[in-house]
Amino acid sequence: MLRLVLPALGLAMILFGLLRNEHLTVWAKAITICLECVGIG
Amino acid sequence: MVLVDMRAWVQLISVFMWNPLMGNFISGHIYRGKLKQICIPALNCYSCPGAIGSCPLGSLQTVLADPFYNWSFYVVGWLVVFGSFLGRWICGWICPFGMLQEWLYKAPFVKLALPQWMRWSKYLILLVFVIWIPLAGARTLGLGVPAFCKYICPAGTLEAGLPLVGLVPGLQAAIGSLFVLKMTILFAVIVVSFMIFRPFCRVLCPLGAIYGLFNRVSWYHYKCDRELCAGCGTCANQCRMNVDPAREANSPECIRCGDCLQKCPQGALSAVYGFNSKTEAIGNE
Repeated sequence: MLRLVLPALGLAMILFGLLRNEHLTVWAKAITICLECVGIG
Repeated sequence: MVLVDMRAWVQLISVFMWNPLMGNFISGHIYRGKLKQICIPALNCYSCPGAIGSCPLGSLQTVLADPFYNWSFYVVGWLVVFGSFLGRWICGWICPFGMLQEWLYKAPFVKLALPQWMRWSKYLILLVFVIWIPLAGARTLGLGVPAFCKYICPAGTLEAGLPLVGLVPGLQAAIGSLFVLKMTILFAVIVVSFMIFRPFCRVLCPLGAIYGLFNRVSWYHYKCDRELCAGCGTCANQCRMNVDPAREANSPECIRCGDCLQKCPQGALSAVYGFNSKTEAIGNE
C-alpha cells in the first residue's frame, strides 16, 4: 500500500511546489555559479 | 558478475547523463537553461560546468534558506518520488561521487573497517546542515545559508570548485579560508576512500540518508527466501557496506550493488521491482 501512496504523494508535492513557484527559486540558484558550492562564499 | 560489470557501465554513463555539456569545462560557463528547474536523483552539483539538472540537496537548502518559503514541497516531492521507486539503488548505480569513491577503493592499499556507529552521522548532518541551518537562517536573519554545500560537500568542490576556480580568474582572486576548508574535506575523503569503501556515502552523505529511509518501501528492493537461505553468512561477509542481507535485505545502508545476489550460494537473495511484494524476482542468476 505504502509503495503506491508514496509516489503519488511525491507527485502531489511536486505539483504543489510548482504552484508555489519553488521551481523558479531552484532555477535562479542553479543558473548562477553557486559560491557556497565552489568554496568561495 | 554480469550484474556488477553492468553497474560499472551504468555508473560511467550516469556521469555523462548528468553532465553532458563537456564543452563548458573549457569555456568555464555553466548551463542556464530551463532543465535546471528539474532535480536529478543523484548528488551532482548544479554549478558543475557540465551539469544540466539541479542537485536535490542544493535545491532543498536553497528553498529552505529563502524566507518566502517554510518548506520545499517541490524538492521533497522529487526526493520522495526518486526514493519510492529506487531507494539507494541511486547511490549504487547512478551517483558520480559514489563511483569515484569505488574506483579509489579498487587501488591496492591497506583496507580498514568503518565503525558501525559512524553511519548515524549522516542523519545528523541532514538535520543540522541541510535542514536546520538554512531554515533557521531564513527565519532569524532573513536569508539562510546552504550550510552543507558551503561547509562540507566535497562533490561540489570537485565538480564545481576545482574546474571553475581553475577557469575563472575572478574566482581565483576570491579564494580564502573556506576554499581551503572544502579542499581539505575533499582531500580527506579521497585519501580515506583508498582504505574504506565509500566513506562519504556511509558517514557524510545526507542524500544517502534520505534514500536509505525508502529502502524498505521502494519499488526496487531485495528479498531473502527463508526456505532457501542456509545461514552461511556469505552475503554478509562480502558486503562492503557492512550489511547482513540475510537478516536485513532492505537495510538503509544497502546501495543495491548486487554483490550479495551474485554470491549467495543458495540463490536465496533476489531483487524485486514493483509495488507488489509478489512481483517476479529479477537480477538473481
